[in-house]
Amino acid sequence: MAVKVKIPVPLQRLTQGKEEVEGAAGSIIALVNDLDKLYPGLAERISEDGKLRRFVNVYVNEEDVRFLKNEETEVKDGDEVSIVPAIAGGSVAS
Amino acid sequence: MDLTEEQLKRYSRHIILPEVGGKGQKKISEAKVMIVGAGGLGCPVGYYLAAAGVGTLALVDNDEVELSNLQRQIAHSVKTLGVNKAESAKQTFEGLNPDVNVVTIKERINSKNILGLFKDYDVIVDGTDNFPTRYLINDACVMLNKPLVSGAILRFEGQVTTIIPNDGPCYRCLFEEPPPPGLVPSCQEAGVLGVLPGVIGALQATEVLKLILGKGQPLKGSLLIYDALGVNFRKVKVPKNENCAICGKNPTITELNDLPEEYCSI
Repeated sequence: MAVKVKIPVPLQRLTQGKEEVEGAAGSIIALVNDLDKLYPGLAERISEDGKLRRFVNVYVNEEDVRFLKNEETEVKDGDEVSIVPAIAGGSVAS
Repeated sequence: MDLTEEQLKRYSRHIILPEVGGKGQKKISEAKVMIVGAGGLGCPVGYYLAAAGVGTLALVDNDEVELSNLQRQIAHSVKTLGVNKAESAKQTFEGLNPDVNVVTIKERINSKNILGLFKDYDVIVDGTDNFPTRYLINDACVMLNKPLVSGAILRFEGQVTTIIPNDGPCYRCLFEEPPPPGLVPSCQEAGVLGVLPGVIGALQATEVLKLILGKGQPLKGSLLIYDALGVNFRKVKVPKNENCAICGKNPTITELNDLPEEYCSI
């Protein structure tokens, strides 16, 4: 069993269209960097200099990691990690 | 104001619900709701709120109906191509329910006009398509202490949350800052499944009615994420951020400002 990572729509083009990928247990930032080896460009979209970007949220199960230990939050096998960016669509009135 | 015979009949399926009743229906008919954006989300939200008999519905949009809107913006039609969207939706909603007073505001919302526009309304609905307006609406709602029902869509995914200022997190607690221009594609670039705003808009309309009625649990402190392809509804927790720039302990935003225009051109 591994850690399940939910990839949001805007980032799925980096994961060959996959909406869920798997990674290894450990810290969030290690997980992100690990996934970047398989899906180049992913880490850069989520993090910068080893820190999570402020407009992308990462949840372990239902909890926002900003209120846990941020990028150092540990995940274990069976956890579900969700990457949730802000989206803005609604009308095309711009 | 008592309900007329005709209204008793029109709203009978509401009135029969113990959670609504004649009293609740009266609350609905006295409510004033402002919908920002008469597009993909604003259309279904307004449509259902008009059907429900919301007394005053304000629609803010300065754009005109185009053919490419009709794939999802269900309040418009080929008969209103080129017509202002707020005006077009008003015609549709009044056709559905003449009880509803539909106010059209054919302006682009900005830091100068927003407080004046919002102040007389009970609930604000965000159905906009860009980050500057989203953050501005959030900040204005926090300042005015107005409940805000926020919805957003992209491709096959939607997000909904209800913000009750002073009693839960705000949009800035959820996403501290907007993504830099160019990083998140717009619907125009990325596309959107036409029915998706219907799902998200119907959820927003439900939240508005619950707030008016004071029934059930509002979607505060949570973000509901709908994934149409995987058929998943996920709810993640949104804690209040003590360091939030607008609703935290030491707010750094004390007056409204418009974000630079380039954020609009994503």
